[in-house]
Amino acid sequence: MKGFFRVAWLVVRKDMMVEARSLEVVSTTLFFALTVVLVFAFGLVREGTPVGDVSAAILWIATAFSGTLALGRTFERERQADTLRALMLAPADRPAIYAGKLAGMLLLMALVELVLVPLVGLLFQAPIVAYPWHLAALLLAGTTGFAAVGTLFAAMLVRARSRDVMLPILLYPITVPVMIAGVRGTAAIFQGTPDPDLARFWIALLLFFDVVFVTLALWTFEPVMTE
Amino acid sequence: MIDDFERLSVSSLSRHYGRRKALSRVTFTCDAGDIVGLLGPNGAGKSTLLAILGTLLAPSEGTVEYGTVTAEKGGAGLRARIGMLGHDLFLYPELTALENLVFFGRMYGLPDAPARATAALDRAGLGERAHDAVSGYSRGMRQRVALERALLHRPRLLLLDEPFTGLDQASAAALVGRLREEQARGVLIVLATHDLDVVDGLLTRELFLRNGRLMDVGAGQGPLRDRYHAAITAS
Amino acid sequence: MSTLNKIELALAGAMLAVAPWIIDAAPYESTMGLVQKIFYFHMPAAWLFLLAAIIAGTASAMFLFGKKRDMDGWALAAAELAVVFGIITLVTGPLWARKAWGIWWVWDARLTSSLILWMIFVAYLLLRRYGGPGSDKLGAGMALFGLANVPFIFVSVNVWRTLHPQTSVVPTLPVQMGGPLWFCITAFFLLFLALLSMRARLERQRVRIEDLYLAEDEA
Repeated sequence: MKGFFRVAWLVVRKDMMVEARSLEVVSTTLFFALTVVLVFAFGLVREGTPVGDVSAAILWIATAFSGTLALGRTFERERQADTLRALMLAPADRPAIYAGKLAGMLLLMALVELVLVPLVGLLFQAPIVAYPWHLAALLLAGTTGFAAVGTLFAAMLVRARSRDVMLPILLYPITVPVMIAGVRGTAAIFQGTPDPDLARFWIALLLFFDVVFVTLALWTFEPVMTE
Repeated sequence: MIDDFERLSVSSLSRHYGRRKALSRVTFTCDAGDIVGLLGPNGAGKSTLLAILGTLLAPSEGTVEYGTVTAEKGGAGLRARIGMLGHDLFLYPELTALENLVFFGRMYGLPDAPARATAALDRAGLGERAHDAVSGYSRGMRQRVALERALLHRPRLLLLDEPFTGLDQASAAALVGRLREEQARGVLIVLATHDLDVVDGLLTRELFLRNGRLMDVGAGQGPLRDRYHAAITAS
Repeated sequence: MSTLNKIELALAGAMLAVAPWIIDAAPYESTMGLVQKIFYFHMPAAWLFLLAAIIAGTASAMFLFGKKRDMDGWALAAAELAVVFGIITLVTGPLWARKAWGIWWVWDARLTSSLILWMIFVAYLLLRRYGGPGSDKLGAGMALFGLANVPFIFVSVNVWRTLHPQTSVVPTLPVQMGGPLWFCITAFFLLFLALLSMRARLERQRVRIEDLYLAEDEA
């Protein structure tokens, strides 16, 4: 067990070092998230005010889209010098490598969300500070679910043909429950008369999703990665 | 942890990708101290064979035995005894040479990874550039770092895919010397290469591959280049 | 085609041929009228859609963890049937909705869940078709995740839909599990069984031909 966390930590630290040097994924993903918010604003803001409770939806759609982009780029990087194979070659627990990549993705997406949330609050008058803990829990649990599935799929698609198209095609249908729970939970605390109990229900569902899919991904990583 | 092994036995090994046969019934045995050359044109199956020997790829049929264990049973303990230099070098271009080596050293569970990495870079003549990002290196320099990466954990089995690509004559000679040292230490080396003149005299075993098949030629005489052409063009 | 398949197909064919008369003879539903009859095809298709999804996911898990090569053929066959029966479900559902609620698509909880599950299996087939070598394993992962997802889709879609004020929703129709319904379920099930085993065998034979082709070349 100690070995598992050591390897996962090594992988996370390595990813952070690589990213710190190039800043490629962070900068492009952040800018892309901004673009998504803007595009939705053009469609959903009438006469200066947003239509209905769209702020929650925009927040989650921007997260999912930019998360997909980040997943693709992160694993493209591991593909270029075939380093993913080098990782698989190491005498380490292979699920630990998955765990490390997942943790790296989570850190990256958390960074994007730190910019996205205030932006959505600012542009769409969303009450982001009304229930800060609920919002944080929703984002954390939702992002974990999305990234857990996404990291496994992106890793296994590294050696597939047409992987750029395949990632969203496979990932979005599977993560529909995350999107529904994330959007509805966030909308519940953003709406006129907030409903924190409802948000709590969605947080519970997300946590359950996380447990099931992280376990399943750790379990399937080794067999799907051996060619 | 599995026992160390002295012998590598490959029997009737095949690997298909759909209908394309990358390898077909390859059989050979080699021992510690051997330097085995995989020789053949592009697409002959050299890289596929190396990937299977490195446990990265499962064979469609046949077995590979490392001493007495197979890749499936050997698991992480077996992987700890294999070193591989891939065609794409397995290095993170954004990181420095030292960071690359230290990272992989730690992945292999080496307690003295930084010290070993520094020593390895000095030996490769890259000590002064240890703190430069690999992306700024020439192909030859990267090749040297990648070789050190593969040797860092002192593997029993060393797999090299085109190790002479991009090396000038002096570096190639240095690499040959390095391989002889490892050979003397009892390392079993399998290398795929096109540079016949460089490896002539270095190899203890020559395996000629064509269309995924081992060409059966007797122990011939004369320069490797001539024997290669004879083997590859033989019907 | 095995004898069993022939019997299944013949029976299913005969039963589906007489099904219109049996459905016609069934009691006329007063509020829905004629459109209610579609239910006799809709429900069996929906059940088999779910069954196909379960088979695909289970077979994929066995392929992935048990290294049983045959199971991949069963998974692929079941996934294709999931898409086919899913289409029937998704087409007959809105026909019903048009009459019941006046619009084609109302994001009804069950229909929406079906759509999502259907998309998962379409994605699976796309991966199998365009993923290149190794996509059998990747597909197995996808199908397994798809199956594990079913309860989450169901709960989330249900809660999402029922927490909104709904004005025009007619609750699910009272259904007498009458003879005609069971008749149709049996017919569809026989058809499903025959198609599944035939498709799986086709896949096994394709694998064998590949093997023979490869062996031929060796000799």
